Amino acid sequence: MSEPKVTVCCTVNGQKVEADVVPRMSLADMLREELHLTGTHLGCEHGVCGACTIIVNGAPVRSCLMFGIQAEGAEIRTVEGLADGDTLSPLQRAFWEKHGLQCGFCTPGFLMLATWMLEQPEPVTEERLRHVLSSNLCRCTGYTNIVRAVTAAAKEMGKWAESAAA
Amino acid sequence: MKPAAFAYHRPETRAEALALLAEHGEEAKIIAGGQSLVPAMNFRLARPPILIDINAVPGLDGVREEAGQLVIGARTRHATFEKPVTAGPLGTLLARVAANIAHTPIRSRGSWGGSVSHADPASEWCCVTRGLEAELVAESATGRRSIPAADFFQTIFTTALRPDELLAEIRLPLFGPDWHCGFAEYARRAGDFALAMAVVACRVEGGVIREARVGLGGIASTPVTSPEAVAALLGQAPSPALFAAAGAAGAAATDPDGDIHASGEYRQDLVKAMIRRALVQAFA
Amino acid sequence: MAGLPDEPMNWIGRNIPRLEDPALVRGEGRFVADIAVGSRAVVFVRSPVAAGVIRGIEKPDLPRGVLVITGGDVAALKPIVPRLGRFNYVAIEQPILPRDRVHYVGQPVVAVVAPTQREAEDIADAVFLDIEPEQAVVDLDSAAGPGAPVVHPMAPTNTIVEGRIRTPGLDAVLAESTIVEIDVRSRRQNASPMETRGGAASFDKASGRVSLHASVQMPHMLRTGIADCIGMPEADLRVVAPDVGGGFGQKMSLFPEYVLLVWLARKYRTEVAWIEDRRENLIASAHSRDQHHIVRGAFDGQGVMRGLDVEILANIGAFSCYPTTCGVEPLMALAEYAGPYKVAEYGTHARGITTNTAVMAPYRGVSRPVVSFALERLMEVAAKRLNIDPIEIRRRNLVTVFPHRTPTNMVLDEASYLETMEKAVEVADLPGFRARQQAAREQGRYLGIGFSVINERTGYGTPAFAARSMEITPGYERVEICMTPSGEVEARIGASPHGQGLRTTLAQIIAEEVGVDVQRIRIIHGDTDRTPYGWGTFASRSLVIAGGASKLAAGKLAQKLKRAAAVLLQGEESQVRLEAGMALIPGGASISLDTIARTVYHSAGPISEKIGYDLNEAATYDPEGTFSNACHVAVVEVDAETGNTRILRYIVVEDAGRLINPMIVDGQVQGGVAQGIGNALLEEIIYDADGNILTGSFADFIPPTMAEVPDIEVHHLATLTGATVLQAKGVGEGGSIAAPAAVINAICDALQPFGVQLFEMPATPQRVRAAIRAAQETSP
Repeated sequence: MSEPKVTVCCTVNGQKVEADVVPRMSLADMLREELHLTGTHLGCEHGVCGACTIIVNGAPVRSCLMFGIQAEGAEIRTVEGLADGDTLSPLQRAFWEKHGLQCGFCTPGFLMLATWMLEQPEPVTEERLRHVLSSNLCRCTGYTNIVRAVTAAAKEMGKWAESAAA
Repeated sequence: MKPAAFAYHRPETRAEALALLAEHGEEAKIIAGGQSLVPAMNFRLARPPILIDINAVPGLDGVREEAGQLVIGARTRHATFEKPVTAGPLGTLLARVAANIAHTPIRSRGSWGGSVSHADPASEWCCVTRGLEAELVAESATGRRSIPAADFFQTIFTTALRPDELLAEIRLPLFGPDWHCGFAEYARRAGDFALAMAVVACRVEGGVIREARVGLGGIASTPVTSPEAVAALLGQAPSPALFAAAGAAGAAATDPDGDIHASGEYRQDLVKAMIRRALVQAFA
Repeated sequence: MAGLPDEPMNWIGRNIPRLEDPALVRGEGRFVADIAVGSRAVVFVRSPVAAGVIRGIEKPDLPRGVLVITGGDVAALKPIVPRLGRFNYVAIEQPILPRDRVHYVGQPVVAVVAPTQREAEDIADAVFLDIEPEQAVVDLDSAAGPGAPVVHPMAPTNTIVEGRIRTPGLDAVLAESTIVEIDVRSRRQNASPMETRGGAASFDKASGRVSLHASVQMPHMLRTGIADCIGMPEADLRVVAPDVGGGFGQKMSLFPEYVLLVWLARKYRTEVAWIEDRRENLIASAHSRDQHHIVRGAFDGQGVMRGLDVEILANIGAFSCYPTTCGVEPLMALAEYAGPYKVAEYGTHARGITTNTAVMAPYRGVSRPVVSFALERLMEVAAKRLNIDPIEIRRRNLVTVFPHRTPTNMVLDEASYLETMEKAVEVADLPGFRARQQAAREQGRYLGIGFSVINERTGYGTPAFAARSMEITPGYERVEICMTPSGEVEARIGASPHGQGLRTTLAQIIAEEVGVDVQRIRIIHGDTDRTPYGWGTFASRSLVIAGGASKLAAGKLAQKLKRAAAVLLQGEESQVRLEAGMALIPGGASISLDTIARTVYHSAGPISEKIGYDLNEAATYDPEGTFSNACHVAVVEVDAETGNTRILRYIVVEDAGRLINPMIVDGQVQGGVAQGIGNALLEEIIYDADGNILTGSFADFIPPTMAEVPDIEVHHLATLTGATVLQAKGVGEGGSIAAPAAVINAICDALQPFGVQLFEMPATPQRVRAAIRAAQETSP
């Protein structure tokens, strides 16, 4: 019952990579099993929890709902690509300083989604932050410190705007 | 939760996609965004032996205006509609609807055509497509046909598309400035499938509603319209009391399905509220 | 009072960013699924019926390298049989894989081993379980009632555990008081850690040992349990809890899957891994809090609760969880029903009822979220009945004199039940809120405020557990500490953190004692090869108990360092102070701890005679326990048309004694509150009458998102308890204990115009709407 494999070529965190995958292998599994990038976590495999969120061609996606074979030619960014060597990104640092994580399992998904949000042209308000990040589940923090961490990073990056309504 | 094995095709032209569909028919499933299909495959509730990935086919994206209609390419992603795609009430309405569809990462891949082809009765685009009386354009190797929304949705997860057909476009009426549109839904948690939703569009002339469309979703095996709510609105001046009456009329005519999240009786309460709220929004 | 000096402290009380985090924010954590990459995959075929007789198991043709293991193949494995010495406990046996019958939907029946999970799932799909269904019993009240189908023949009434407490004067008080009776229902929960269960077992051919990396909270206990089931020497098994993605109690228990993984690795001399998927987690891992309480409060005319009489039923599922036993829920409710209230006469009758459903296990707060919900609803209903302000009735009943001995012989140590409530009333601006509420009602909007006052039994050692007469009595913790020759401090602990930040907080405690920077302290945990036997992390215990042991062990190490410094500096030991990595005599000489360490290990001579050859110390701590306390306030808006509840503001006034790292304390509280909000509004595991589970995905079992949970404000009072060596109290569970009561009290307050009273959690929109509808239909 050997399934034929296909070689997928794509860019992950700026590096050209190749992976041999069966068509049914999810993009998340391809990253984890073939490319050994295990920072992308699988929490539900049906698109609800958001732990596996990564950035593909500039858009946030659930890597459990894409097949690796669909990533041919794609530009992929994962949590492993956020830091610049020893220097954490402002968002990573804010999660650390504001205690935005406890067990850390959901953290890569939150970091990737929030990274994407902070790179968009529109400013971040608390309303937008909660709207976008309500995509992902965290079971430890009660979200309070995730909101505070993303807010702090947005302010540091000059992306923050106070909500119109108090 | 890993899907069953499948063979994978990635056609690069529409002709190639249609030829594959003609060849494989029932065996094949089209994948665009995959945001409904892949969860079903991961649960092994869906086991298509062949996937035809249309993401490399040119010309299936984007919206254009043509002969009083908004023509939506089937693969246009939900996220496209987060900002108005057209001036006027329709663009505003679609942006409001889009904000309710799942979450940002789902919206960046999921497509309008995928949603309506999947035909989940709780899908927002299904409700809008049916409620606003869209036309759906299907293509096959043998030709192209237009299917009215009323005929398109047959039952849960079942449409009028033939196995060899690809949904190419969705055509919505471009409402003029005299139209007022609104949408409301109730979901238990942000981004979840709604327990009930309503879309409304009303044309006002001389202070009185002259034309109206009301669509409901999440309450039956397909999205439905509410002729009773429409009847309550026609010929009347918009007012809070009218909106409540239309909600009541629309709800009274429904006999919604119950499930673990909402009994039929509760859904009926929600229908009443959602029609009213959609109307309030339309005339705000 | 025992405890810490009054002078300002260097490390304790500071918001040190966690030492755990740099790796986690880089995606460099090591969770079980990360370790499992490349291992052969195990997938379980689970029972599709709730009760039935196994007639046969049909296997497909198996490709090379694929194994299909059934109950017959593992007949030599002993079942899981936790025991309790009292409370009419019936010891039921949970097979690793059943041979003859199945007892719940989701029970593992067959294990498939294949090169990848994909292939294992293909084979699992093709395995056919021929099971003759029998009548199942699913519903708690039905199972406890007469004529119910019997789940286990040795328990003909389905009662597995039963306890009764009744003070002699209760009947008299009940006879002469105003009785307020409420019927409280808590629906079934799933703790839903973001990382599911999972294990990777690998056989080491050189040593003949098996290593099991598993997502668990109690690695040492798991090792004992697995070795017992397999009949292997415990020394040949190493259990490691690597980075663990949350537990909340669900990862405390021994599950058959882990026994089977170790058995497979050992028998086939290979590496195997099972990573549970979300559907399995929702269906087949532990559930909790399926309870029904009938509560009768006996109040005098002044609103003083003089007696409490409670009937408690808890659905324990198909088997008893190991090691706590299924007594964990009913017996906690049995003993702890009075909460923070003084009540002279007390009666509880608690039964654990078996059904054909997934196994119950502890979940953050265990029974106390239900108990607090019941008590706080009782206070509200009694206040209304007796026409007393709901805050005032609490004032009249809260314990204010400490220590306080409860009717069940627990001692409540110093706390601030009344003070936290008064502070909460002030922070919430209750009069201001009432004005806004009135204004909103005039516009047809329904705002409400809800209070919940709780105490939380934390940090309890063996004495508390011994009262339950468990065969296995958890409670103590040991910490082994050493300073290496190069001057770092290593502490090996039996506790097993998985998100609580113990690597940081224990380092702060040790740094305070030893005078070194936290960066030079390594907390080693979760590995049975490298840590002393201990009980792991659960029951709001680790900071108090492992922290206490860390303080004691570090204190011994500090003493040893001072003795060594005195020798090297030729001074008096009593004059030596340790700070900033130095030992110094004020106004005199100093020497670095690194130099002392190097000298102790490597230079024989006078120093060896004085302190020996190394810098190893250890301490064990086994406290009686301490009660933290809190008052929670929820402000909500209820949408009367949809029954939706939106939480506008959430306030916690917490008293956890001395805070080691306030930021981490707040994080524990906030996380608990969010789970409590989920329990209050959203989360419910639902079975149909045949025992099929209808909530097998995160689309149907719905933990809250950031859109449902508001910013959670945490304020602190600090009662420095003498009951623990750190003067600290645990906080792991209080958030989830108090939140359901606060939220649902707020909903009822919002819906006062309708006269709605809710006694069921979660208060789903459907239930809230039905209550409004019922109220509207009965009102004139």
